[in-house]
Amino acid sequence: MEILVCVKRVPDTAENEISVNSSGSDIERGDLVYSVNEWDNYAVEEAIQIRDKAGGSVTVVSVGDADSEEVLRREMAMGADKGVLLSDSAFEGSDGKGLASILKAEIEKGKYDLILTGTQADDGAGQIGGMLAAMLNLPYASLVNRIEVLDGKKIKLGREIAGGNQEISEMDLPCVLSIQTGINEPRYVGIRGIRKVASVEIPVHGASDLGVNPGSVGKAAAGVSRVDYYVPALGKGAELLEGSIEEKVEKLIELLKSKGGIK
Amino acid sequence: MALQIYVYILHKDGVVDDTALEMVAAAGKLDPAASLTAVVFGSKTDAVCNSLTASFKEVWKIDNDAFSYPNSEVIRGILARIIPKGSMVLVAHDHFGMDLAPGLSIKLDGTYLPDTVGFDGIEGGKLKAVRQEYGGQVSTHVLCDISGGAVITIRAGAFRAAEASDAGGAVVDKTADALAGGLPGGARRFIEIVEAEVGDVDITKSEILVSVGRGIGEQENIEIIKELAKAVGGDVSCSRPIVDAKWLEKSRQVGTSGLTVKPKVYMALGISGSFQHLGGIKGSPFIVAVNKNPKAPIFQVAEIGVIEDLLEFVPMLTEKINEMK
Repeated sequence: MEILVCVKRVPDTAENEISVNSSGSDIERGDLVYSVNEWDNYAVEEAIQIRDKAGGSVTVVSVGDADSEEVLRREMAMGADKGVLLSDSAFEGSDGKGLASILKAEIEKGKYDLILTGTQADDGAGQIGGMLAAMLNLPYASLVNRIEVLDGKKIKLGREIAGGNQEISEMDLPCVLSIQTGINEPRYVGIRGIRKVASVEIPVHGASDLGVNPGSVGKAAAGVSRVDYYVPALGKGAELLEGSIEEKVEKLIELLKSKGGIK
Repeated sequence: MALQIYVYILHKDGVVDDTALEMVAAAGKLDPAASLTAVVFGSKTDAVCNSLTASFKEVWKIDNDAFSYPNSEVIRGILARIIPKGSMVLVAHDHFGMDLAPGLSIKLDGTYLPDTVGFDGIEGGKLKAVRQEYGGQVSTHVLCDISGGAVITIRAGAFRAAEASDAGGAVVDKTADALAGGLPGGARRFIEIVEAEVGDVDITKSEILVSVGRGIGEQENIEIIKELAKAVGGDVSCSRPIVDAKWLEKSRQVGTSGLTVKPKVYMALGISGSFQHLGGIKGSPFIVAVNKNPKAPIFQVAEIGVIEDLLEFVPMLTEKINEMK
């Protein structure tokens, strides 16, 4: 099973405060720590587990600048066999369709049975997998939370749908799947693992290597572009309890009592 | 020129989903003069189609046993056949829309605008829309080129549903056009739905929910949440990361991909408040949020906010409640 996983380097925002810069052109990135997009990390783990059972190899690929190399290396430390960085100044400012067409060009250079992406990344769009599949004329499923390889030609898959239910389907290979968090438990990557792959060469493919027309991607070709970022106006907003932590405890208990929050 | 907008209709057991009228409102915001066509796939859809004629000028009925369960691979292929290129298509941003829509935009050669929460006018062939990023912590205005058509997914609840009006629409049976050339999408075959397991506690019936999110940090810290739940006489629920980490069972998860709850009091502890999580809280409970991040979206919907580290605050709260007893 030849598997390719698309990964993205994103700021770790799960427990961090995000603010907008003074001009509103971007979020404040100065203090942010970057890592691999959480959904993509589950996809890489899934790819590694499938390879370990069915054989083959796992390639991780990312569109980004030189900094994205560290994310590829991290996923190789997890167990991916190869990393490829797709980088070119012509790629900057690409919208989802632009990114998907860059990835498509790389995918067509190889021969893959399974192409995985995360369900979504930092911008919450959830678009790359579905676009790639349509561009490659391959079957697609989103929100995948279970994969069972039936043979070299088809898989059984589960999708997360509403109400905690799971939709089970069979799908022919090759195909494109977008992976949902919780499908597995991604393994821990330690410093030692990263060191082991520190000197592995990661090829960089630009527009000409991929045969991508620079005019068809990047900012100028983007059908969707951001104008600004802003912090949404609070609706009514919560009444924030003030004072020392002890005072907040006291106030909250009174409120809970009055609202039936303490039986 | 008025836009022609196609709206994909979700329905179940003969009832149209709430998102249909929300998308009518969204379409009205896009272009008040737009001509709206509802697109209904399914089996035995007459009642659904007829009910939509009040809100849509035209209702496309695509009715066949093959659509009794919607397979996005099949439906995408058919939509690419019957919807004219250059059209605007609205789809709800749920598990089906996420499956269908990105690829549909490629097949229709239009732009794709996902998970849209607002529209802010059209200037020179470009639609200005509102989206959210970073789990709802920041919003962004985007410009979307609609000159060659667009597929737009709409977040549930983002637009207030339009009142059913008297559009006096007509049902048009498009089944023959849809099926001309056979069923596409045969590479993905639906097998079954596996229903969620029922847990030891039914949180959909709880009056007080003590709900924990990623802010809890470590698995062993879940104990402090259980102790608080015990002190207030409530049940423990959680957000998705806790289930992903396997710290609590799926039957405790609140959200669109988990369970819909309707307690009287909901305590959100270390929960940032993604729209998927908030989508599972109904019945306007009294929401208390404890989070150390003052920008967490949960503070926009909570009644009462406490900006503290829950690892410090929760044990103090529990102790104080227990002292009173």
